[in-house]
Amino acid sequence: MQSPTYHLAEGLRLPTNGLDYTILAIYFIVVLGIGFAARASVKTSLDFFLSGRSLPAWVTGLAFVAANLGATEILGMAATGAQYGVAVVHWYWIGAIPAMVFLGLVMMPFYYGSKVRSVPEFLLQRFDKPAHLLSSVLFAFAAILIAGVNLYALSIVVEALLGWPQWVSIVVAGFFVLAYITVGGLSSAIYNEVLQFFVILAALIPLTVLGLKRVGGWDGLTDSLSASKGDNFLSAWGGTGIGDANPLGANWLTIILGLGFVLSFGYWTTNFAEVQRALSAKNLSAAKRTPLIAAFPKIFIVFAVMIPGLVAAVIVPKIGTAGSDLTYNDAIPLLMQELLPNGVLGIAVTGLMAAFMAGMAANVSSFNTVFTTDIWQKYVAKDREDTYYLRFGRLITAIGVLASIGTAFIAASFSNIMSYLQTLFSFFNVPMFVVFIIGMFWKRASMKSGVWGLVAGTTAAMVNYFWIYKQGVIDIPSDQGANFVSAIVGFVAGAVVMVAVTLFTAPKPESELAGLVYGTTSPGMSEAPAEGDDAWYRRPALLGWGAIVLAAACYIPYSF
Amino acid sequence: MSDLHKEVSELEGRSATAARLFDIRLIIGGLFTLYGVIVTVAGIFVSDADMKKAEDVNINLWTGLAMLALGLFFLGWMKLRPTEIPPPPAADSADTEA
Repeated sequence: MQSPTYHLAEGLRLPTNGLDYTILAIYFIVVLGIGFAARASVKTSLDFFLSGRSLPAWVTGLAFVAANLGATEILGMAATGAQYGVAVVHWYWIGAIPAMVFLGLVMMPFYYGSKVRSVPEFLLQRFDKPAHLLSSVLFAFAAILIAGVNLYALSIVVEALLGWPQWVSIVVAGFFVLAYITVGGLSSAIYNEVLQFFVILAALIPLTVLGLKRVGGWDGLTDSLSASKGDNFLSAWGGTGIGDANPLGANWLTIILGLGFVLSFGYWTTNFAEVQRALSAKNLSAAKRTPLIAAFPKIFIVFAVMIPGLVAAVIVPKIGTAGSDLTYNDAIPLLMQELLPNGVLGIAVTGLMAAFMAGMAANVSSFNTVFTTDIWQKYVAKDREDTYYLRFGRLITAIGVLASIGTAFIAASFSNIMSYLQTLFSFFNVPMFVVFIIGMFWKRASMKSGVWGLVAGTTAAMVNYFWIYKQGVIDIPSDQGANFVSAIVGFVAGAVVMVAVTLFTAPKPESELAGLVYGTTSPGMSEAPAEGDDAWYRRPALLGWGAIVLAAACYIPYSF
Repeated sequence: MSDLHKEVSELEGRSATAARLFDIRLIIGGLFTLYGVIVTVAGIFVSDADMKKAEDVNINLWTGLAMLALGLFFLGWMKLRPTEIPPPPAADSADTEA
């Protein structure tokens, strides 16, 4: 969800040895092995793009978390912790959990039950071709862009930590992702994500424990930070009253509405790189549980990124300011260098590599699906044999990875343009959620209203950000805060335009809405629950509400 | 029933993933057991410099043992609750030679 630009400091070179490189090499071999072992299971295009809709919930659930746990996310959130303090928890507890639970409990019956293979395909069923084509093309571009930026970020981190030239790591990591997804398809991507999830945790947990010990435990950490940064640095809500100044540049209302509602729901419920994991589950119950199972690790992962960030702010009090050559993004690499002996260091380097590849692979494996089933199959080469689309899917995967590699090289020369483009694309996500929510809950919403809602919401969010905020028409203290406000503006504009267009255009015939709108069910969706799915710990409602209560409870120690 | 429904249901009928995809628990179990052994051994032969760097915690030993435990947990889970391969749907028999 974040788009930091990377400039890692010199002098972060890690003292890696043969032991660490052995651990890294074993990992790369296993990654490729998974791809080739998954090959035998790919017989149809559905196997390649959605694992034949047959994976168990715990696998899709962990892949759902891991697809989000890219290295740009980990380093970026540790940086946010070092810069803004405990407020980083908002990105997890209010900025992720409610949206994940909503996706599982409310939206999944429509997504999974309608048998759509992608998020844009749902728009085609519910609205019309313009809405479908617009969202497909934008998603495909954004996925390649993000994959490329991930590769570029990887190359900078690897250059700083291991001393590899940038082009070597771009080509090597790109090649591995290309190989395992082209050969094994989504199953290979998801299996690797599950593995990455555990390797990333094995990297972050020792770092967190040693970091805390270094600064005298949690009490030592809070004492130092209260003294140097003030009490609000250690409080989630301190200083967020409307009109109060705080480093985040946002107040409680924009945090709840902008981050917690619009941005978070837009990302978690309509970003196909995430939703695809749930669509590959073996039945509706497993699909519903995918984001709910993911919510529990998500609640606690924040500690493993926030604490290293806070520790870095204690060890290097000047981090991120002009007085230091370390930037906020250096928090985790710095602690790796300072605290980890060879062995665990190898695990940490492997974890970081795994996280970069997870972030890239999630985008590549969703890109190939949208490009093949939504663009090529619907508008270019219709009604071919299934084997044709399977072959095309493999080809476009390779092309997508090569395009990401190209993007990474462009980013290396023009990094400002890339961060600008990322901001630009982030605004296309804003109205997606409003179009989905109105489309799913208001039967009357007309076929034409979808595309106009998308266009209006995107335009309004961009105008608010690039003109009203950047040109200083109204005063918002930070980019972060302006982002939240732009999201709210885009949401409202999208909703208003959808309602207005609906009033003047024809609704979709009732018979075509079965299973797409609240209050209808898909034909054939009344399947009996699989054996064991009625166990109490597998009840979606219990899991979902449990996650919400737990996230709310986590706020308590940081709110007073 | 919509065309999409028909198309995807038909593909689901021919899908090979459920029957042929290996169990990921084997890979997680195997890799973490191997990593666990490597890192635990590094922890057993820990140097004073490594102890000093890691705040006097033998972090290799503890991380190694934890990874080993996780690896053995996955292998044990797989042993106790092996995946049940679903019987192929009846419609599948026609295209096995394809």
